Amino acid sequence: MTPRKAEPSAESGGDPAGEPRVELAGIVKRFGDVVANDAADLRLATGEIHALVGENGAGKSTLMSVLYGLIAPDEGEIRVAGKPVRFRSPVEAVEAGMGMVHQAFRLFPSMTVAENVVYRAETRGTAGLLDRRAAVRAVQDLSERYGLRVDPRARIRNLSVGVLQRVEILKALHRDAQVLILDEPTAVLTPQETRLLFDVLRGLRDSGRTVVIVTHKLGEVLELSDNVTVLRDGRTVARLVTAETTGAEIARHMTGRAVDLDGHYVPGTPAAAVLTVEGLTVGPPTGRPVVDDVSLTVRAGEIVGIAGVAGNGQLELLEAIAGLRPSRSGSVRVGGTGLHGFSAGRRREAGIAYIPEDRAATGSAVAASVADNLAVGFHRRSPLRRGWRLDRSAVRDHARRIIEHFDIKVSTPAVAAGTLSGGNLQKLVVGREMAHDAPVLLVDQPTRGVDIGAIENIHGRLRAYRDAGHAVLLASAELSELMALADRVLVMFGGRVVADLDRADATEENVGLAMAGIPASTGAPGTGS
Amino acid sequence: MNVLTELVDLSLIPSILRALTPVLLAALGGAICAKAGVFNVGLEGFMLVGAFAAVAGSWFTGSAWVGVLAAVLAGAGMAALLAIASVKYGGDEIIVGIALNLLAVGLTAFLLRTVFGRQGTFTEPTLQGLPTIAGQTPLTYLAWLLVPVLAVFLRRHVWGFRLQGVGEAPEAARSLGVDTVKYRYGAVLASGVLCGLAGAQLSLGNVVLFSQNMTAGRGWVAVVAVLLAQAAPFGVLLAALLFATAEALGFRLQGVGLPSQLASATPYVLTLIALIVASVRARRVLGRAPGEVPSEDRPPVENPAASTHVSRE
Repeated sequence: MTPRKAEPSAESGGDPAGEPRVELAGIVKRFGDVVANDAADLRLATGEIHALVGENGAGKSTLMSVLYGLIAPDEGEIRVAGKPVRFRSPVEAVEAGMGMVHQAFRLFPSMTVAENVVYRAETRGTAGLLDRRAAVRAVQDLSERYGLRVDPRARIRNLSVGVLQRVEILKALHRDAQVLILDEPTAVLTPQETRLLFDVLRGLRDSGRTVVIVTHKLGEVLELSDNVTVLRDGRTVARLVTAETTGAEIARHMTGRAVDLDGHYVPGTPAAAVLTVEGLTVGPPTGRPVVDDVSLTVRAGEIVGIAGVAGNGQLELLEAIAGLRPSRSGSVRVGGTGLHGFSAGRRREAGIAYIPEDRAATGSAVAASVADNLAVGFHRRSPLRRGWRLDRSAVRDHARRIIEHFDIKVSTPAVAAGTLSGGNLQKLVVGREMAHDAPVLLVDQPTRGVDIGAIENIHGRLRAYRDAGHAVLLASAELSELMALADRVLVMFGGRVVADLDRADATEENVGLAMAGIPASTGAPGTGS
Repeated sequence: MNVLTELVDLSLIPSILRALTPVLLAALGGAICAKAGVFNVGLEGFMLVGAFAAVAGSWFTGSAWVGVLAAVLAGAGMAALLAIASVKYGGDEIIVGIALNLLAVGLTAFLLRTVFGRQGTFTEPTLQGLPTIAGQTPLTYLAWLLVPVLAVFLRRHVWGFRLQGVGEAPEAARSLGVDTVKYRYGAVLASGVLCGLAGAQLSLGNVVLFSQNMTAGRGWVAVVAVLLAQAAPFGVLLAALLFATAEALGFRLQGVGLPSQLASATPYVLTLIALIVASVRARRVLGRAPGEVPSEDRPPVENPAASTHVSRE
């Protein structure tokens, strides 16, 4: 299989004018009783950036999987350049000019960029030997043409997420993808990397390709796309021209109701310091620490945000404070109490509650019932504990209270937590931890992968928790989340706190630069405010 | 000094080479599997069945080469069981491999009694062994030749390149349309063929007889060689050479009065030491990894919460 040469010209698709390059019409897909797509339509034109938006469970991923040949639809038709087609596998979809960049990259870590790009589309030399030089040249050509800066000889395992994404795009371009689908492409990028990506995508559009971004970030939709298709409950509910619409209108189509988009920031009223961390260092006994000499203070009635690209020590910092990970040195105090040597359980008694990043692996026991999950942490003391046994009816009452108060959608507390949707499972974890009413709440990525409705709900709860006089330490990779909640923003990079910004200084530019490891004072003068 | 000259002289080389061939052939088979992402611990059993089939084939046809062919087919047959059970039906390859090793011991002992009516050992003066060229069987030359061939195949050939991708990130290979099952079948069958050759070398080359459990752990030594060399062909050669030298020296030590039990334990003691060294090294590499690669440069850890929501959509 030799790669076809990429066509740079806008006419490459050869579509008759007015006819969409790719059309998905009346797609229906059921998984058991669940209808993932219910007459979903999508029309993609040559040379456009098309945003496919919708809440979680709206059927975006299913629809894209249909287009990419991963899922066969139960009903409906795919037309490419007007002709009905049927993709039995991604390979057939690729041959028809589709390309997909998944959220979780599919790369070979020990191989080079060039090797990854040409895998199964190699140029062969004599006797079927792999022509690595041709592979390097192919990558250089493509990366020059589309501004995808990457070293073809670099090993994948040494590259940053932003570069890995470029490699995935190169893979698709090497196979001459005319329609490039990107699933939540900015979820793991810094603002700077996002901007770079957008430039690349615009370049691809201008060369006549079709770019589809699947997202629920409205800011990106408005900034980047030409057209928008909105899915709700598996149906296409709106097709909009981006220039003629607003974020509020798109959100209304997504949720079917009016939404408070900005979740506008309301300042808190900080009082005395509650959580004090000094010189905390976490990591293996030798080698580079993952959390490096971090000091911070969170006051009562204050939300302190921690910004940073995932993997810069935020998770480890919060785990160390919560007592789930040993620290090498440094101290953690709650109120006046030093927590040195305290187990996670004793730290909870001292007043720490923790909403972990991963609600399914750490935050809950997915095989256990909702009631049991809500009881955890309360089970050692009355009223749930009665002497040496658990009071089952008290456990149920306790669960019902939290379910009602936090509006968790569940048929009965007896069902397994794993059957809940992502947003509801998150509400379960948030609800349980807030029910402790602990003076310190540690929160890690509270709204990752949950939809707009649940985000609104959880943000409101966090503000209310703060306003009840608690200290909240919030780590989030979403700048918009920090902007909506945080009274102060710390930025972590390489395990260190590299910036401590007051609300007023925490502009997207400042935070973004710090996230990329560039000190605000020296980076990009003249930009920002 | 006297003992040393008695132990080490030029005549040691042929005995090292003889001891090397079976281990090297089996280990190369194991290396192919490892590259394809299959940890094959069935080498011992494949080899034992191959050794038996070689003797049976040679005895009933009077041709050692038919014996080699029979060994290859028998090794491939055993490998096919592993491939079907673990590659196709997703059984645990370690458990299946161990089961096949146990099967091989029982099966060959059983066949030894039913086919040859013997217990323990079968040999006859008329049983044809492999011819030798300059004191070594053709299989020895083949084994050495396979080392560079395999190295080039894995590093330079398109199929070898794809095979390594299959082993490293099967999901990624599949997403690009590579049939990972086919590649793994091929790798496992190739290891069966090579183990069959290894068995034939044991029973028609090094000696001309079959005795119960005559592989005596050489397949496990091959597994260790694969681990030590991280499946690189030339590394496998070095590791196998180490064990072969130990085995040959062990024989010599018996000659100078070391108790035979101790002497024949030498290669296995060496194996144990090598394993410990390898695991310590592996742990050190793992422990250092976060320090070497800055955390921000690591590929993203897949976010299970996000991926469950994707699959649910």
